[in-house]
Amino acid sequence: MAEFLAYLIAGIATGAIYALAAIGFTLVWQTSQTINFAQGEFVMLPAVLVLLAIKLFGAPIWLGALIGIAAFILIFGVGFKLTIVDPMIRHGVLPLAIATMALSIIMKEGAKDGFSAEAQKFPSFVPTETISVFGAAISLQHVAIIAVAFGVIGLLQWFVGGTRLGRQMQATAQNPTVARILGIPVERMVLLTFVINAALAVVASVLISPIYLAKFSNGEVIGLFAFIAAIVGGFNQVRGALVGGLIVGIVDSMAAAYISTSYRLAVPLVLLVVIILVKPEGLMGRKEERRV
Amino acid sequence: MTAPATHSAAPAARRLPLPAFVDGTLLTLIAAAVILWFAPSGMGRYGTYVLSLWLVMSVAVMGLNLTLGYAGLKSLAQAAFMGIGAYATALLTSKVGLNWYASFAISGLLTFAVGLVLGFPALRVKAHYLAFVTLAFSTLIWLVLRNEQWLTGGVFGLSNIPRPSFFGLKLDGALPFHRFVVVVTFLLAVVLWWMIRSPWGRAFTALRENPIRAASLGIDTRMYTLLAFAIGSAYAGFAGALYAPLVEFIDPSPFSLSQSFFLLLMVVAGGAGYLLGPFIGALLGVVLPEWLRFAGSLYLIIFAAIVMLLLIACPQGMSGLLERGWAKLTGKKEGAR
Repeated sequence: MAEFLAYLIAGIATGAIYALAAIGFTLVWQTSQTINFAQGEFVMLPAVLVLLAIKLFGAPIWLGALIGIAAFILIFGVGFKLTIVDPMIRHGVLPLAIATMALSIIMKEGAKDGFSAEAQKFPSFVPTETISVFGAAISLQHVAIIAVAFGVIGLLQWFVGGTRLGRQMQATAQNPTVARILGIPVERMVLLTFVINAALAVVASVLISPIYLAKFSNGEVIGLFAFIAAIVGGFNQVRGALVGGLIVGIVDSMAAAYISTSYRLAVPLVLLVVIILVKPEGLMGRKEERRV
Repeated sequence: MTAPATHSAAPAARRLPLPAFVDGTLLTLIAAAVILWFAPSGMGRYGTYVLSLWLVMSVAVMGLNLTLGYAGLKSLAQAAFMGIGAYATALLTSKVGLNWYASFAISGLLTFAVGLVLGFPALRVKAHYLAFVTLAFSTLIWLVLRNEQWLTGGVFGLSNIPRPSFFGLKLDGALPFHRFVVVVTFLLAVVLWWMIRSPWGRAFTALRENPIRAASLGIDTRMYTLLAFAIGSAYAGFAGALYAPLVEFIDPSPFSLSQSFFLLLMVVAGGAGYLLGPFIGALLGVVLPEWLRFAGSLYLIIFAAIVMLLLIACPQGMSGLLERGWAKLTGKKEGAR
């Protein structure tokens, strides 16, 4: 039982990371039809940029973090939208999706060649100790991840539902044409979702990198699980991405503990196929009507 | 690489007394096959190997071009399908002792069947779900190749993969095997050329251009997209069956997810929806890095950046650029595809 609790907490912690990535992915998809295949690399890169800033400028950790995070949001929030999405979306969804695959290769190889091919230590903001709860050894880092991630997601929910700006963003996602008629600056709202996506990626990166270490190939698994989380939860829902992320995280953790460590990746994949077969709109999703 | 598009060669067909079914694409294929038959003379073992590798990768890219360029589906498992073909052929020829031709056919059938099984649930919902299902499948295959040591040799891979013989003629040398690859690639390309020109092929080009209109004309869109994906996957199986005896040693790394991404980029670089596009794409993706050895792993970044620029400037890829250039040269208006 104690063991189970420990695995559950670990699963919720990684699930929260997947949820952060999946929410950003869903937001960007909703407002601009961008299927971002580089989403995993978006979570990998901020940590690398922070370490790079520390190494290059000899800056203290806080300054390095500031530089790295600012650079990431500027390049992969604003820059991504303006230089890749804008000129390509007029050619359709397919070329844009392929462009994000090219971007993922560039980010991954860039991190490998420009930074390091080896995993690098990333400073943790909480002590790397474990506490005992009901006899289970619970890592403080996992607890911190859960607290911060849920705090950020709660903040986002409040922003989207409770503020004027957030509701404008939601309107843009649901129906850009009507939103534009109502005088909502649609372009600016779309840009805002890209910035939020980059910011969520930063949070996920800073939270997960002390555990996974900063490595160029980290994005592969995170990206895959973020996609699965988005689909399992429901492609058109922020809430869905959260639920999907948590489910995938817990399933992954349990599979590693009780089924097989070498096939832990396979269990969420099976989950994906089952969901697509049984409830393709996702657990929290609504059926989309087909429009001609 | 003369006439990149089918319609640009129409005047040539009028000048020469050729049967009506011959077009520029077929003539280019025949000419290229003849040139490649003789090309490796004086290139040495390694040069010949690179040429053969180019053709083998072209076969995989051709299949993906059918899926992406003609049917408009994103498959992220082309390298995984190639892996299935390569491992099946390697195991069947070296462990079971089956001859290469049977293994080649089995590799194609196996990947075709897996394509059907994989595509059916995904395409039932929405076309872009196929991307996620194949993404997941790609990871799964990679896990199996790496973990099932008893079958696949794990990270150590499989070695001593025999090369086929042709009516008792041994094809062990680099040159004879290269010529064998030329013939097989040529045949596979002609089959694809014929398929795309058939009413069946035209139906799913219609599908890409306007799926709703195609459906309203009575085309069973799900059936066609599923078949296009399965045939595209079978081509990856064929490519794998050629790849295994070419390199004579296989391990899981060339069949990973990033390799599938890379194959997709080759399709786009060459020109999605152009029959000869895959050869150009594979040339850029496989042969050029061999010449630009000094760039090392930076080449991947350069290649991906080139593809991105192409996507912004000319989404039809190199074939589209060549077509534009050709149209300028002949003074014709840029023709719609």
